[in-house]
Amino acid sequence: MGRIQLKSVTKSFGDVQVIPPLDLTIEDGEFTVFVGPSGCGKSTLLRLIAGLEDITSGHIEIDGTDATDVPPAKRGLAMVFQSYALYPHMSVRKNIAFPLRMAKLEQAEIDKRVEGAASVLNLADYLDRRPGQLSGGQRQRVAIGRAIVREPAAFLFDEPLSNLDAALRVGMRLEISELHERLATTMIYVTHDQVEAMTMADKIVVLQAGVIEQVGSPLELYRTPRNLFVAGFIGSPKMNFIEGAEAKKYDAHTIGIRPEHLAVSETEGEWSGVVSVSEHLGSDTFFHVQETGLAETITVRADGEVGFRHGDRIHLTPRADVIHRFDAKGLRIE
Amino acid sequence: MATQHSRSVARLMMAPAVVLLLGWMLVPLTMTLYFSFKKYLPLRGGDLGWVGFDNYVRFVSSSSFWPAVQATLVIVGGVLAITVVLGILLAMLLDQPMWGQGVVRILVIAPFFVMPTVSALVWKNMFMDPINGLLAHLWRFFGAEPVSWLSEASMTSIVMIVSWQWLPFATLILLTAIQSLDSEQLEAAEMDGAPPLKRFYHIILPHLGRAITIVILIQTIFLLSIFAEIFVTTGGAFGTRTLTYLIFQRVLEGQNVGLGSAGGVYAIILANIVAIFLMRIVGKNLDA
Amino acid sequence: MSRTVTTQRKSFNTAIAWVIGLLIFFPILWTILTSFKTEAQAIASPPLFLNFDWTLENYAVVQERSDYMRFLWNSVILAGGSTILGVIIAVPAAWAMAFVPSKRTKDILLWMLSTKMLPAVGVLYPIYLLFIRLGLLDSRAGLVVVLMLINLPIIVWMLYTYFREIPGEILEAARMDGATLKEEILYVLTPMAIPGIASTVLLNFILAWNEAFWTLNLTAVNAAPLTAFIASYSSPEGLFFAKLSAASTMAIAPILILGWFSQKQLVRGLTFGAVK
Repeated sequence: MGRIQLKSVTKSFGDVQVIPPLDLTIEDGEFTVFVGPSGCGKSTLLRLIAGLEDITSGHIEIDGTDATDVPPAKRGLAMVFQSYALYPHMSVRKNIAFPLRMAKLEQAEIDKRVEGAASVLNLADYLDRRPGQLSGGQRQRVAIGRAIVREPAAFLFDEPLSNLDAALRVGMRLEISELHERLATTMIYVTHDQVEAMTMADKIVVLQAGVIEQVGSPLELYRTPRNLFVAGFIGSPKMNFIEGAEAKKYDAHTIGIRPEHLAVSETEGEWSGVVSVSEHLGSDTFFHVQETGLAETITVRADGEVGFRHGDRIHLTPRADVIHRFDAKGLRIE
Repeated sequence: MATQHSRSVARLMMAPAVVLLLGWMLVPLTMTLYFSFKKYLPLRGGDLGWVGFDNYVRFVSSSSFWPAVQATLVIVGGVLAITVVLGILLAMLLDQPMWGQGVVRILVIAPFFVMPTVSALVWKNMFMDPINGLLAHLWRFFGAEPVSWLSEASMTSIVMIVSWQWLPFATLILLTAIQSLDSEQLEAAEMDGAPPLKRFYHIILPHLGRAITIVILIQTIFLLSIFAEIFVTTGGAFGTRTLTYLIFQRVLEGQNVGLGSAGGVYAIILANIVAIFLMRIVGKNLDA
Repeated sequence: MSRTVTTQRKSFNTAIAWVIGLLIFFPILWTILTSFKTEAQAIASPPLFLNFDWTLENYAVVQERSDYMRFLWNSVILAGGSTILGVIIAVPAAWAMAFVPSKRTKDILLWMLSTKMLPAVGVLYPIYLLFIRLGLLDSRAGLVVVLMLINLPIIVWMLYTYFREIPGEILEAARMDGATLKEEILYVLTPMAIPGIASTVLLNFILAWNEAFWTLNLTAVNAAPLTAFIASYSSPEGLFFAKLSAASTMAIAPILILGWFSQKQLVRGLTFGAVK
């Protein structure tokens, strides 16, 4: 079980309120991702759930019981830290066994669970090494191993992949997703990377300045962002925003169109501009188009074989059905 | 970065150290203040009643007071100047590539481990003795008249002895600091055409600022209260009576606790002036 | 700074450094050499450097005159006891300052250090009286406490700087893993800080070993450490160079050897973590 409820939770450091009253329910077994730019309060929120920080007011309930004043160790949650926070003076085996030792489990039971976790995470060959002798990805696995042996009600991940290089990150992303499929335990995952959020989450919580901007499934957020912030944050490359006369045509203060929803042509289109930079990724090509008279730069995602170059004139046509409209306050117009 | 619970635990954890040091500071301090307002002669009648500020006035107006303050400042200042300057030079030398660097370092650090009583005794007798001392032999070898160091050049001698003890400390800290200097910075300066002296002044010296502060702070703490070096060598004679030593004489040799305590209060005030000044610098440097 | 230099330059550096190194070390070397001379050879003119009859006689005489082992034992007890006691009191304090810092942490640290500036002589008599009252005069226990107190600020400070280098996340991980505070400090913090604790212990052991104000003024016979042993050579026995040298060598040898073996850790400790 692992249903976590935050009820009017606030957090202040001194006079500064970093989290204004916030309500959120995380269902049992759900993979929830907190995403937002750095300093948005997502890590603080995670630490409040973990009990590493006191909440200033409000309540936290875990499986229906009030956990507000329960110390971290007693909440039945396990956490994987950004720096992995492995104990450098202990072997991998001892690292994974540590929470069990603290829980005063029988040695035989400890051994059984450690072996189990090691085989799940492909760590069996490394059990007697020290963390210092492992690669970043292996350290990450040890940290996860230390979390799963406790069989917690929920896992908390604090930007666990940000210290890995790009290739490993993709691999670990898959592994964590697989782990979630297998364990079906609640996971709360903090990241600033919207790609991680989109690929892993059942439910994404977009945060800015301690405020929840939107909660929803990845596709909900992609299709119907509630405001300009979410629209700009979810999706890569970023959504293009156009204000002024062009937006007026659509009866909006601002319209947004994703780079992948623009059709390109050499000869004709609704809008036109000059390519300033073209980035060829092989599968796709990104064009940064200027002098459109609409916005400073419009980003376009086109097929990999499309061959505009710097200085070429390019014509763009937006897909009418996926134009997002926002009012003067930045809120979505349905 | 913590919970209410851990904050109260933290206070509890600090309590023993804080309480002990507070007691160590306040109890003797209160007693010293108490005695300083009394005429108190343990061997000649004991407690002879309150005398107001008499002891304070007498201590300051005594002909030995200002010379003692001066002697204290000369020793602290002299040793600081010598150890910092020589320490920088030595650290820069030791930073150069050479054979047997490790051994040289061991040789240089050695005096730091010698207890003050030993170093004072060895210097006094085996080096500074005007008849059999090694320096006397050296002087005679060059046809000069041997110097009775501890009576004729008493202050110089003491500063020399103490500097010898503290030079290793300064050198090692400064060496550590120099070694942490990014060599690319120096190379960039060299490329920019800065001559060695300018490189030293504009790059090495500012880099050492923090280390020099530490050297000065820690040495001052210890130098203000040097005792054994004077106790063993001159016994406070020949103008080497520091404030510490003067108070020691009043209390233990003169058996005048009231007067000595008043002196102690002055010493505490002096130390606090120095402390405030130093803490400012260190406090600032600690943030970085 | 590793830069390629000519062999010539390197030879020059080596020569200068060795001359200066030997010059600084010379008083110690001379003391050790003299301790193996006879009294007559010790004051021979011109001085004898190596060409004398090596003898152990002085060591025998010194040992006979005063029981070296007893002083040595006292030094070990005083320096060791005060250091261990200090570390036990300082570890929790340093933990609190490093991992639960507040606005006052720095002030408390600076205040602690400032108690080191309290001139010992200013409070000698009150302490002396207290010691008589409490029957602690010339007792090891009393002196262990005093030496602990004068070094406590340095111990706290050093441990604080070491602890601060340990990422707080690791301690939080331990907390999440269900460790109590005691377990967190015992199983996670202390093992990780062993190098720092070691250099703290070393430096304070040396400082306590060489402390020569309280040890001279608060001891007579029973608790007298090596500082007192050597102070008894002040005069007029100091004129017997060979014996003085033997006694000096005996007083400094243990700490000199310890210090040499551990100089790397020491240097880091000495900088109070302020110089990396």
